Amino acid sequence: MSAHGSSDSINLTLHVWRQSGPEDKGGFEVRRLNGVSTHMSFLEMLDVMNEQLVAEGREPVAFDHDCREGICGMCSLVINGQVHGPIPEITTCQLHMRHFKDGDSIYIEPFRAGAFPVLRDLVVDRSAFDRIIAAGGYVSVATGNPQDANALPIPKRNADLAMDAAACIGCGGCVAACPNAAAMLFTSAKVSQMALLPQGQPERDRRVLAMVQQMDAEGFGNCTNEFECMAACPKGIDVSNIARMNREYLRASMCSAEGA
Amino acid sequence: MVPQLDSKCPSGPIEDRWRKHKFALPLVNPANRRKYNVIVVGSGLAGASAAASLGEMGYNVQCFCIQDSPRRAHSIAAQGGINAAKNYPNDGDSVYRLFYDTVKGGDFRARESNVYRLAEVSNNIIDQCVAQGVPFAREYGGLLDNRSFGGAQVERTFYARGQTGQQLLLGAYGSLMRQVSTGRVQMFSRREMVELVIVEGQARGIVVRDVVTGEYERYAGDAVLLCTGGYGNVFYLSTNAKASNASAAWRCHKKGAYFANPCFTQIHPTCIPVSGDYQSKLTLMSESLRNDGRVWVTKKVGDTRRPSDIPEAERDYYLERRYPGFGNLVPRDVASRAAKIECDGGHGVGATGQAVCLDFRDAIARDGRNVIEAKYGNLFQMYEMITGEDPYQVPMRIYPAVHYTMGGLWVDYNLESTVPGLFVLGEANFSDHGANRLGASALMQGLADGYFVIPATITAQIAGRKREPITTEHAAFAEAEAAARARNQKILDVRGSKSSEHIHRELGKIMWDKVGMGRNAQGLAEAQKEISALREEFWSDVRVPGTADHMNPGLEHAARLADFLELAEFFAMDALHREESCGGHFREEYQTPEGEALRRDDEFAYVAAWEFQGVGKPATLHKEDLSFEYVKLATRSYK
Repeated sequence: MSAHGSSDSINLTLHVWRQSGPEDKGGFEVRRLNGVSTHMSFLEMLDVMNEQLVAEGREPVAFDHDCREGICGMCSLVINGQVHGPIPEITTCQLHMRHFKDGDSIYIEPFRAGAFPVLRDLVVDRSAFDRIIAAGGYVSVATGNPQDANALPIPKRNADLAMDAAACIGCGGCVAACPNAAAMLFTSAKVSQMALLPQGQPERDRRVLAMVQQMDAEGFGNCTNEFECMAACPKGIDVSNIARMNREYLRASMCSAEGA
Repeated sequence: MVPQLDSKCPSGPIEDRWRKHKFALPLVNPANRRKYNVIVVGSGLAGASAAASLGEMGYNVQCFCIQDSPRRAHSIAAQGGINAAKNYPNDGDSVYRLFYDTVKGGDFRARESNVYRLAEVSNNIIDQCVAQGVPFAREYGGLLDNRSFGGAQVERTFYARGQTGQQLLLGAYGSLMRQVSTGRVQMFSRREMVELVIVEGQARGIVVRDVVTGEYERYAGDAVLLCTGGYGNVFYLSTNAKASNASAAWRCHKKGAYFANPCFTQIHPTCIPVSGDYQSKLTLMSESLRNDGRVWVTKKVGDTRRPSDIPEAERDYYLERRYPGFGNLVPRDVASRAAKIECDGGHGVGATGQAVCLDFRDAIARDGRNVIEAKYGNLFQMYEMITGEDPYQVPMRIYPAVHYTMGGLWVDYNLESTVPGLFVLGEANFSDHGANRLGASALMQGLADGYFVIPATITAQIAGRKREPITTEHAAFAEAEAAARARNQKILDVRGSKSSEHIHRELGKIMWDKVGMGRNAQGLAEAQKEISALREEFWSDVRVPGTADHMNPGLEHAARLADFLELAEFFAMDALHREESCGGHFREEYQTPEGEALRRDDEFAYVAAWEFQGVGKPATLHKEDLSFEYVKLATRSYK
C-alpha cells in the first residue's frame, strides 16, 4: 500500500455515519483510507475499510447491499450529499472509485427520511414501501388458469411506458433526495404501470386511492415539483409518472364510485 | 449394495403423468386450509410464488426473507428471459421439444418426468405473469415478442428488456403483498433461518434470527418449504448476490435431508473478468450478447497487446473453429470450458491473460451501431460503467464465472425432501436441470415449482400424514434454538486474527483452482485436505467483533461461511466420486481425444444423493437410477 496516491491508487478521508441503533443520536467517524484502487467499486472500498476495522477489533460499519449490480435496490447511501453518489442513473454499488480524486474527503450517510428510520450505521428501515405496495400495487389475480397471454394485445407504446415505470427498484433514493421526503415517485411508478395496462383497469380507482392513503399514513411528505427524485433515481424513472398519478387520483376521487 | 431412492415418479405415457399424479394426490377442503400453517423460507421466484399461491388457496402462510423486503431476493438479477413452449413464432416448438432440449441440455442427468412437467406448465406461467401485469416485450401488433436464447434452435424466450427476473419477481411479490394485506400471509423480513425443527420425523418448524435485533424466534407449522436458492458463493466470487448462502439448506441436510449432485455447478461463460484482489463479486453480461458478438483469443501465446491492436490474422475465433454448427452459441458449459482451455494455453487477452474477447466490430459493421445499441445498449453501458472501456470501440473482455448450482437438496416428484414435510423449491433443489442448466430455464423452474407444483403436491404432507398439534414450546424448538445460539456464540468466542472475509476468499481460491471448471482426482483430493485445514483455521483463528444481540453483519457472514466450509469439502468429495465428465462437471481424466466431455452412462446415469454422517466424515451414497424412456441417451454434439 503506497503512502502517496498514484493514478490507479488514491488516498481518502472518509467521514462515515455511525449510529448504534434507532434511539442513538449518531455521528460521523473520520477514517483515513490509503491506497484505494480506482478500479474498485464504492462498496468494495467500504469492504476494505471494514476489514481494517475488524483488524482493529472493532465492529464493521453496517450498510445494506446485496446484488452489487444495480438491480436489487438494497444499497442506499448518500455520498457527499448526493443520493447514490455523483454519477447519474446508477446505484451506490455501481459507483466506482475512478470518479474520485486522490486526497478527496467523502461523507457517507444513510438515506434520511422520517419514514425511513435508521436501524444501525448506514442501514435504514424501508418497510413502508412494502406496505404501500400491499395497499394495492398489484393486479388481483389468483394463480390458476388465466386466458392465453396473447389474448390481450397491448399497444407497444403503452407496454413500453409501463416497463419504464416498472423498472423501479424500490431503493428509496427518491425519498432521500426529496426535500419533503415524499414517496410520490415510487408510488406513482407502480400506479402508472398498472394504469397503463389493461390488466390494471378493474382496480384502477381503488388502487390509486388506497396506495396514496397508505403513502400519507406512513408519514411521507407531499410533492412540490422539485424533481430531485428523478435526478437521484438510479433507473431514470420520470416525474411524468407523478403527473399521471395525480390525474388518476383526481379522477378516482371525483368521478368514481370508489372515491365517493 | 447402494440403497435406491424412490422418486415417486408416476408411470405411463409421459404426457399424462402430471395430470394422473395430481388426481391421485389427496385434497384439503377449502374450509380446512386455514387450519394449516405453512412456513416458506425465501421470497425469490420460488418462495414468493409459493407463498402467494398457498395464501390464495386459504392456507395460513408465514414467509421469511433475509433482505429488508421480499422484493430484493436474488431472482431479481436474472437478465435474459424465461422459456415457454408457446410456439407463438410458429417455428416448430412444442412442450415435447422443450422437454427434449432440457433433458439433452442437462446432459442426461435429470429426471424425465420432472422435466416434462416443467415444460408442460411453462405456458401457464407466461399466462399467469401476463395476467399480473408483467410488462414483457411486445411487437407493434401488441402481441408478445420472443427471442432465441442460449443456443436454442427455436424462439421460445419471453423477456422484459434485460430485467426479466426483476419483472417476474415483482409480479410474484405483488401477489405476495396482496396476500399479506388479506392477512393470509405473514411476512417476516430481515430474518435468517438458523435451524430446522423436526418433531416425530416430520419437519414442523424453524428457528430464525432477527438480524436487526439479534433475537431468536421460533415458528411452528405443518410443512416447511425451503426456497433459499443456490450455493454458488461457496466459490466466494460468483454472480450471486452477497447474501446468497447455503446455510438453510445445509442445516436441513445435517438434519437428514439428502443433498444431491453438489458438484453440478454452472460456470457462466460471459462475465466481466476479475480485476483485482479486492473484487467482491462478478457481474454477468447476458449471454444474449453471444447472438451477435464473436468470441476470440490471440493465436500467439502470451500476447499482451491491447485486443484492439491485434490484427485480424492473429485472432483465433475458437468457438467458430471448433463448433462450426453452433459457433458462438454453444451451450454454457461448452463455451466456458473452451475459454478456460484457451486461457490456460496462454492465449487469453488483457493484463491477466484470464479473459477472452467478445467482439461486436463485425456486428456493428453489418447492422449499424443503432441496431446494436437498441438490442444491447443497457449491457454495453453496464460494461463501460464497471470497466471504464467503451465496447462500441474496443472488444469486450469476458471470462467464465460461477453462476448457478444445479445440485441441491434431493426431492421426489412432489418436491419433498427425505425429511417428511420439508419441501424444497427452485434452485435449492436438484431436480430439473441435470448436470447443466440451459439459458432462461431457471426462472421457469422457480415459478413452476411455486405457482403450479407445490399447491398440488403439498397435500401429500398436509392431508397425507397424521401429526399431533404442537406449539413452539415443544422441546425440539428449545433444543434447536439452543444449538443455533451456541454455534453463533462459539464463532464470536474464537477471537482470533483473521477476518471471515479473508477466509472466505481463501476458500474461493481452493474451489476455483481445484473444484472449478476442470477437475481431476489429485486436485480434488488436495482440495478436500486444504478445505478441512481451512475449516480448522476458521474455528481457531477467525475474528468476529461485537456480539450476537444486535445487528452484526460480520457474524451473519461468518456463520454462513462456517456452513460453506463444510459444504465445500462435501462438494469436492462428490466431484471425486463422479468419474465421468458431464455438463458443468468436467473431470480431466474423462475426455474424448478431441477434448470433449466423456460421459459414462453405464456407471453414472444416476442421481447421487448423500446422507450426512458428520462434518468431514464420508457421507453415505444413495442412488436414484435415471432411466430415459423418451429422450434416447446420446452424446451431445454441437459441432
